[in-house]
Amino acid sequence: MDATALLESTGALLPHMTVLVTGLVILTLDLFLTPQSRYLNEVVGLIGLLVAFLFTLSTAGAPRQVFMAMAVVDYLGAFFNATFLLIAALTILLSASYVRREGVSAGEYYALVLFATTGFMFVAAAADLIMVFLAIETLSIATYILAGLLREDPHSQEAAFKYFMLGALSSAFFLYGIATIYGALGNTNLVNVAQALGQGDFSPLLLMGMALLIVGLGFKAAVVPFHMWAPDVYEGAPTAVTAFMTAGPKAAAFAAFLRVFFQGFTTPDMVQHWAPIFAFLAALTMILGNFVAMAQQSLKRMLAYSSIAHAGYAFVALVAHNTLGASSILYYLVAYTLMSLGSFTVLMVVARREGPLYAFDDYAGLGTTHPLLAAMMALFMFALAGFPPTAGFAGKFYVFSAAVQAGYYWLALIGLLTSVVSVVYYTRVVMLMYMREPNGAQPIPRLAPTTMAVLGITAIGILYMGIFPGGVMRLAEHSVAFLFQAKM
Amino acid sequence: MIPLPHYLTVSAILFTTGAIGVLMRRNALIMLMSLELMLNAVNLSFVAYARLHQDMGGHVFVFLSITVAAVEAAVGLAILLTIFRTRATVDVDNLHLLQR
Amino acid sequence: METFLFWIFAIVGVGGGIMVVFHRNPMSSAIYLVVTMLCLAGFYALLAGPFVAVIQVLVYAGAVMVLILFVIMMLNLREETLQREGGMATWILAGLIGLVLVVAVLPPFPRTPAGTPPPEFGTIEAVGNKLFTMYMLPFELTSVLLLIGIIGAVILAKRRML
Repeated sequence: MDATALLESTGALLPHMTVLVTGLVILTLDLFLTPQSRYLNEVVGLIGLLVAFLFTLSTAGAPRQVFMAMAVVDYLGAFFNATFLLIAALTILLSASYVRREGVSAGEYYALVLFATTGFMFVAAAADLIMVFLAIETLSIATYILAGLLREDPHSQEAAFKYFMLGALSSAFFLYGIATIYGALGNTNLVNVAQALGQGDFSPLLLMGMALLIVGLGFKAAVVPFHMWAPDVYEGAPTAVTAFMTAGPKAAAFAAFLRVFFQGFTTPDMVQHWAPIFAFLAALTMILGNFVAMAQQSLKRMLAYSSIAHAGYAFVALVAHNTLGASSILYYLVAYTLMSLGSFTVLMVVARREGPLYAFDDYAGLGTTHPLLAAMMALFMFALAGFPPTAGFAGKFYVFSAAVQAGYYWLALIGLLTSVVSVVYYTRVVMLMYMREPNGAQPIPRLAPTTMAVLGITAIGILYMGIFPGGVMRLAEHSVAFLFQAKM
Repeated sequence: MIPLPHYLTVSAILFTTGAIGVLMRRNALIMLMSLELMLNAVNLSFVAYARLHQDMGGHVFVFLSITVAAVEAAVGLAILLTIFRTRATVDVDNLHLLQR
Repeated sequence: METFLFWIFAIVGVGGGIMVVFHRNPMSSAIYLVVTMLCLAGFYALLAGPFVAVIQVLVYAGAVMVLILFVIMMLNLREETLQREGGMATWILAGLIGLVLVVAVLPPFPRTPAGTPPPEFGTIEAVGNKLFTMYMLPFELTSVLLLIGIIGAVILAKRRML
């Protein structure tokens, strides 16, 4: 690769590089900071993310492969990058008070969050299976460390260990899948895979490889039956990290699904192999996630199962291999990110230090003691349940419409029924807040401005996307248009 | 000459053995080693397929895969140490604080 | 000669692998794993991959396993009782999955390997050539991964909070 190509390629990946460099800067900067000037970590982080966002806007364009066909830059990547940058920015804001409260080393924390974000962005920019693998490993290992960051807390240790063990296991399956595809086709570039498939290059080895890839990625997205790690890990990890984990790695896993299955295994005879599998997994996930969530005693664990259920709804959109399906996944991921980050922030604020962690009783009477906070939580709960005019409703509407359009009526029906079921456990929280007396629990400290910013941004975002869904949907459709144009 | 499928069979056997180890053993260190066994098995597949297609890409994948496995081992051991410090055991049946 | 070597490596390697999983003492498991890794290095050499064979020995058997052995000795573990028999169902499931994996790789490939590769195949020059031209981006991303690993190892394993 000569100098001009190198320069061009680097320019195309500037957003990713910026996030990486910001992480490195924070890592070094933190060595020189005093407790008074610690806030510079967050400031530098946010500035870096803003710069990366500007680069994202400037590099978005027609699909082009860079770095010797290892990475691809297109509108789809740009959309995902913007989403990941938003997740990272909100995480930095909501972690600001959490990091100080728990006393974790801030520099490494933010650096790991930013490195994980770099991993997310490379997943969305991957043009080759090996890049998908490495990007997923990057984000996973950073997240394993983040989950275990409260080193003396046994819950955190346990969460980190379980996440690591099962995560590494799924990576091994994913890698075996890549090896099998490599063996069958001699190539791991996704576009080449699609071309080879288009020429009728078909062997049972490909099916095995595809199955292994589904196992590997299914774990990351926490779909049933690969979801076993999620409730324990989400419950045990530090709450700010859990908020990050439900948003970032999950969105990245769906980005990987889109790249691998909508760009790679995209020929009709392949689609008819994986679409039914996806449908089955989606149905299982929606059913199990929602029903088990009802039985939970801890709010954090309930939100963990709800996160699994929402991955199921998003998976429904994957089944529909059409423009509406792909764009509704993008819309749903943004909506879910906002809802999840918002609700976990409230969780983080209300959590008590002693006593059962994240018990529902903490929320009793919140409507009278902290009306604004309760209103936010109510909004998040209604959004997650899918009430209009929130983004949750619009997201589910688009996703189920995509399924109907592709002929999967039964799947959309299951989605609707399970959504109704979910209303039960979401409104339980709302009723607790407004219809029970406050039980004299430990008072909630004043909210830091950063936390209020997160709550404000997510709430406004949810309402905006719910009332004016067209804006984001049009962006999403524009991003996925190239996937369904006639191929050569 | 050894036909290619023989190598692939060995790889599959090692992979399954490792998977059994990760899922069935109770000692965290042995779980970690079983995981390494799985990754080794996949590397063997890569090299075998590289030989089939006469493509150096497989060898590069192995190089990168070994690196990733090394990082995973390091981080996994670090997590294991935090657990051991509190509990003085690496028996995973002790990890039951988070309700199943 | 090649046949003889293959079967030696195969039997010792698979045997070692099984012992890793089923032995009680972690220390013994680690040694068996080293044996398996060395057999795999032998396989790589047979498959015209001298560079990866050497790397396997140097990095995997030489560095990763040494690290694991250090930790085993540091934790000073006793033998454990062999545990979790797991129901019959789990064993059958594992066996089935293994069978599927083994059988799936058998049909599509010719019984003889494709011709002799050129002498530069698998050498360090060939790998380096590919690594720094076509696979440069994965290579750079791996360096980020290594940095993350270092950070993780330090902040999780150090004695006191800095």
